[in-house]
Amino acid sequence: MIAFAIRRFVQALGVMLVVALISFLMFRFVGDPVNQLVGVDTSPAEREALRQALGLNDPVMIQFSRFIVRAVQIDFGISYQFKQPVAALIASRLPATLELSFVSALFALAVGVPMGVYTGLYRNTLLARGFLAISLIGVSLPTFLIGILLIFVVSVNLGWLPSFGRGETVSIGGMWTTGFLTRSGLLSLILPAITLGLFQMTLIMRLVRGEMLEVLRTDYIKFARARGLSRRAVNFGHALKNTLVPVITITGLQLGSIIAFAIITETVFQWPGMGLLFLQAVQNVDIPIMAAYLLLIAFLFVAINFIVDLLYVAVDPRIRLGEARR
Amino acid sequence: MPHVVGEDTSGAAPARGPLRRAIESDLWYSFTRSPVTVVSAAVTLVMILSAAFAPLVAPHNPFDPATISILDSFYPPAWMEGGNPRFLLGTDDQGRDILSTILYGMRISLAVGFASVLFAMVIGVTLGLVAGYIGGAVDSVIMRIADVQLTFPAILIALLINGVARAMAGPQSYDQVVLVVLVLSIGLSFWVQYARTVRGSVLVEANKEYVLAARLIGLRPWTIMFKHVLPNVMGPVLVIATINLALAIITEATLSFLGVGVPPTEPSLGTLIRIGNDFLFSGEWWITIFPGITLAILALAVNLLGDWLRDALNPKLR
Repeated sequence: MIAFAIRRFVQALGVMLVVALISFLMFRFVGDPVNQLVGVDTSPAEREALRQALGLNDPVMIQFSRFIVRAVQIDFGISYQFKQPVAALIASRLPATLELSFVSALFALAVGVPMGVYTGLYRNTLLARGFLAISLIGVSLPTFLIGILLIFVVSVNLGWLPSFGRGETVSIGGMWTTGFLTRSGLLSLILPAITLGLFQMTLIMRLVRGEMLEVLRTDYIKFARARGLSRRAVNFGHALKNTLVPVITITGLQLGSIIAFAIITETVFQWPGMGLLFLQAVQNVDIPIMAAYLLLIAFLFVAINFIVDLLYVAVDPRIRLGEARR
Repeated sequence: MPHVVGEDTSGAAPARGPLRRAIESDLWYSFTRSPVTVVSAAVTLVMILSAAFAPLVAPHNPFDPATISILDSFYPPAWMEGGNPRFLLGTDDQGRDILSTILYGMRISLAVGFASVLFAMVIGVTLGLVAGYIGGAVDSVIMRIADVQLTFPAILIALLINGVARAMAGPQSYDQVVLVVLVLSIGLSFWVQYARTVRGSVLVEANKEYVLAARLIGLRPWTIMFKHVLPNVMGPVLVIATINLALAIITEATLSFLGVGVPPTEPSLGTLIRIGNDFLFSGEWWITIFPGITLAILALAVNLLGDWLRDALNPKLR
């Protein structure tokens, strides 16, 4: 187990180093950092001085190691468009994205699992077929289109929910702003969270359905039925429990995707999160923000993968045995 | 899955033409037995044809300044109050006919979609063949890159490549190369699946007798790879390509909607939705909803076709 954890950790570090290299190369060689920082009327001598001060004349390897040391200290330089430290900009946007992603994941689980169980147990009923058809549409429709359709129906035509922004937010300790504590904040969360979570919801539903169908065929379920256990005990105590391992894994892995896909949802709903910041950076070629965002997302993905891998081994003994034999 | 497409099941009868063989194949049989598939194939075909012949089909040319008039702007669809029978689905803020812009937009969406799928396929299949056939360090490097890339969502990779390309091209020349950049960024974000599938199939094929025979008579590795192994691993590749076509169209639309794709001067479906989105709140819903529905139908139809093709070529998966 420990050897497995160490091997996975080294792999994770390797991935992070590769991503850091890509971000560094982007930062250093796509466009000239000096040109981005100074005005048109800056003299060549001043440019050279700035170049020297930023350390851009040092060997590339030294610059790269400096980049990594700074990244570890959460220092990503100054944004070209905002002229502010990138780390502070991202930190101010982080709560909005994380809250949205969290609620979306919760929504996907809370709706996806019951729908999956239902379609697995009663797969030939009309309702189950309806759920499957909806899930196919959910997979085929692009996220932004779902958002626009929701805005059109719920906000524009029915006028029930707000269609943009976070509503009123409350600041906690100066570090975190939350929309959970105000009515308008909660109402503003509903549509973006559904939009962002819909794809994951259909994914979870199909996964739970498939796993349920598989598990219901096994001998221990037949045995449990033969013992005369109630349907409830068999379906939920025995069957559902055994489907949850892959569901937890997939949900964990999807958490990273949710955060990345938040870019689209945030654009549709003008949600002031990191994704919107990143998108503005792409449009305005603000490389420091792009590089920092890439590193942050990579870190989240790698960390989530690592934790899920460990959890998976901890939960499912069969994998542990397979590893030991190898 | 060697040579399933168009394969004859009723034994060899050399005199028959290809059409006859196609009609008697398993694939055609399973096609005709699935009404959903027939409908989605018909819808896809109609959409591709009407996009390809947009200048002939469209009632107006929305990009000819001589024929559009600002006085025609914001007509609702023809069946609604205040609608104009000349513009079936209404007009946008510049007086362009929505139906015509959709037809022309679908052209760009489909062109970018097909081109990026083709690009991803060429890269993925080549790398997969090389990785599987040569093996060793080449294999590990290619597959490690694939693993790392697979960790990230395709849309994120497409956005990054797009941003880098934008920085390198500079803002002035960017609009001229935007279609190429889109194809590159979408293609590069989807190659992994082909590479993994092809590599897996090649590992199986490489030990078969025909490959050994080809090596024995001294053919060069490239010839064996592309002329002998490749045709036998194309089945799964075609399935991935069909499913990826829907994904590529959606990705292009998403990038255009986010404002980093096709510019409004020559809009794709995604750009049209983006433009129309500004008018959603002032009541001119048709400007964004009709391109949206078109995109949804197109993606759904192609997806259903891909699903069917996957099931038909892989009976084990059913």
